[in-house]
Amino acid sequence: MKKLLLASAAIALGATGAYADDVKMGVLLGFTGPLESLAPPMAQGAEMAIKEVSDSGKLLGGDTVTAVRGDSTCVDAAAATAAGETLVTTDKVAGIMGAMCSGATTAVLQNVAMPNGVVMISPSATSPALSTLEDDGLFFRTAPSDARQGEVMADEILEKGIKNVAVTYTNNDYGKGLADSFEKAYKAKGGTVTISAAHEDGKGDYSAEVASLASAGGDALVIAGYIDQGGSGILRGALDTGAFEKFVFPDGMVSQTLEDNFGSEINGSFGQLPDSAGDGMKTYLGMAEKAGFDGSSAYSGGAYDAAALMLLAMQAADSTDPKVYKDKVMEVANGPGEKIYPGELGKALDLIKEGKPVDYEGATAVNLIGNGEAAGTFREITIKDDKIETVKYR
Amino acid sequence: MELINALVAVTNYVIIPATAYGAQLALGALGVTLIYSILRFSNFAHGDTMAFGTGVVILITWGFQAMGISFGPLPTALLALPFGIAVTAALMLGTDKVVYQYYRKVRAAPVVMVMVSVGVMFVMNALTRFLIGVDQINFDDGTRFVINARQWRDMTGLHEPLTLRSTQVITVVTAIITVAALFWFLGKTRTGKSMRAFSDNEDLALLSGIDPNKVVAVTWIITGALATIAGTLYGLDKSFKAFTYFQLLLPIFASAIVGGIGNPVGAIAGGFVISFSEVGLTYAWKKVATYLVPSWEPDGLVQLLSTDYKYAVSFTILILVLIFKPTGLFKGKIV
Repeated sequence: MKKLLLASAAIALGATGAYADDVKMGVLLGFTGPLESLAPPMAQGAEMAIKEVSDSGKLLGGDTVTAVRGDSTCVDAAAATAAGETLVTTDKVAGIMGAMCSGATTAVLQNVAMPNGVVMISPSATSPALSTLEDDGLFFRTAPSDARQGEVMADEILEKGIKNVAVTYTNNDYGKGLADSFEKAYKAKGGTVTISAAHEDGKGDYSAEVASLASAGGDALVIAGYIDQGGSGILRGALDTGAFEKFVFPDGMVSQTLEDNFGSEINGSFGQLPDSAGDGMKTYLGMAEKAGFDGSSAYSGGAYDAAALMLLAMQAADSTDPKVYKDKVMEVANGPGEKIYPGELGKALDLIKEGKPVDYEGATAVNLIGNGEAAGTFREITIKDDKIETVKYR
Repeated sequence: MELINALVAVTNYVIIPATAYGAQLALGALGVTLIYSILRFSNFAHGDTMAFGTGVVILITWGFQAMGISFGPLPTALLALPFGIAVTAALMLGTDKVVYQYYRKVRAAPVVMVMVSVGVMFVMNALTRFLIGVDQINFDDGTRFVINARQWRDMTGLHEPLTLRSTQVITVVTAIITVAALFWFLGKTRTGKSMRAFSDNEDLALLSGIDPNKVVAVTWIITGALATIAGTLYGLDKSFKAFTYFQLLLPIFASAIVGGIGNPVGAIAGGFVISFSEVGLTYAWKKVATYLVPSWEPDGLVQLLSTDYKYAVSFTILILVLIFKPTGLFKGKIV
């Protein structure tokens, strides 16, 4: 029945324009696994961009676009590869919006995208390793690398005149990657890291970890962990023993829980998280609300941007062939040209057709650097009067 | 001055935490040792009994808080403790009736009993999570500090901070009271004496008219009480999480065996041996070393083992004792 419907839909579409095609785009996200709660708002974001372009009828010769979902899981590289393979060989997608986690993304890129020459734009893979990976110019991401957060954090700490810090990180790829990139940046800029020690999540007692951090000393403690996990235990222990008075919180620690549980004890501490301000995000949130999902969920805006970017690049290259349009992605993302915000994709398609340049800003103020990854804006926060306050964006 | 700073650092990061942790381990090891000497098997479910008992105490604490009952500067959980003990003891007796009684009747070998207790452990673990969830819970609502870092610095002018949390004091005081009560019970009361007789020689005890059912029941009740107290103290001092008590099982068994399993005094001594080894061996002595030898600037952290290996310390001690002195520090018995 479904096939029949699809077939009749295809016939109906075929009747509207002689050259109109149906372009398929893969939406490859971790619908199952440890980040499954984040996947649906991301998929809905991407599908909103796809629908916007499709409904405008302005893509190439009036092509329509259909989203095909695939489950990349988060931790299972084999499952991610199989899902990517299905999208490329069976569904014949023109590009993949995904994958979600860094490990799955690497697997799909190397095993599927590169051998088949398909473009991937990930909204949420943040591992620094993806910056230097050989990708044949096929891989982009609208999420900033954690290496960038390390640098931003190093700048922030040095600007406050703090020259030596202790670092503790949660013992996984995220924590280790962030701690390493921070240490590198901080040392290069003249700071000293007294100790960089891992902590395991889910333990009851962190007094031994805190004791060794305290012994190494430092003017502040950087906690690259999770607030709902070991990060809380370390912070509690450090406060209770008086080991540290100033703390630096990366994205995993900045949340309402931090304010609720520790607010009055950590005044003067600070941190940062990837977040964008501005009209693009505001517009996007409004559109998401109208469409009935939560656009403020992490990386949802990035997913909209990833899908939009890919479709605009197709328009700019006048082709849905990944080998051709992959060279246009950076051009569309960085301009120069008229700035394009969410909801203006139809206008952007027109401009491109007229041969005018565009600069896609989207929900997350897209600006791709280096090997095709978001420069990323970070929101610097400080704890003042027991509350998390935004200092500025950088 | 440097010497005092060094002493303060050691006290703050080693002696105080290790003492509190040692007291918690000692209470846990006492429960294990009692079951071992009287019922003659290693009770693997003890860690999760602690978790269950603590979970019940937390629920009752919430109830008290909702009713507006508080215990002044002390945590409300201490008021809830007797009720928690009652519920846990009831569960222990129920488990014995449903599970262990049968295996005693068929005179199952100790190793079979151990396996049975592993099964009970899984059930109890699930029960606890079902009851209270898997999230981290802080239920300490009393005054947090006896001395905090700022007060200490203002008071002494020393560079090194020293903090003493009220939960650490409560832990040690409660442990002393509990242990004193237990020893009085085992040494002076008729039931206590019959328990010891039962432990020493079961057949002789039965011949002299001791009711085995009563001994078993009292043992379970005491074990439930010890587990609930130990679990609640650990939860107050650190934080409650259903799963962390399972991880405590290894240090608890190490404590009981190092001290000499079956021997209550040994369980207490073992608790402190394990806790001081764990904390002391994984502590980074750099700061203390720089205070003591000012001319020496160590490159590393002067840390024998990374803190990741904390549990490995108790495991190593456990193996060494089993190889070289299987009866432990204070002559225990090996079935």
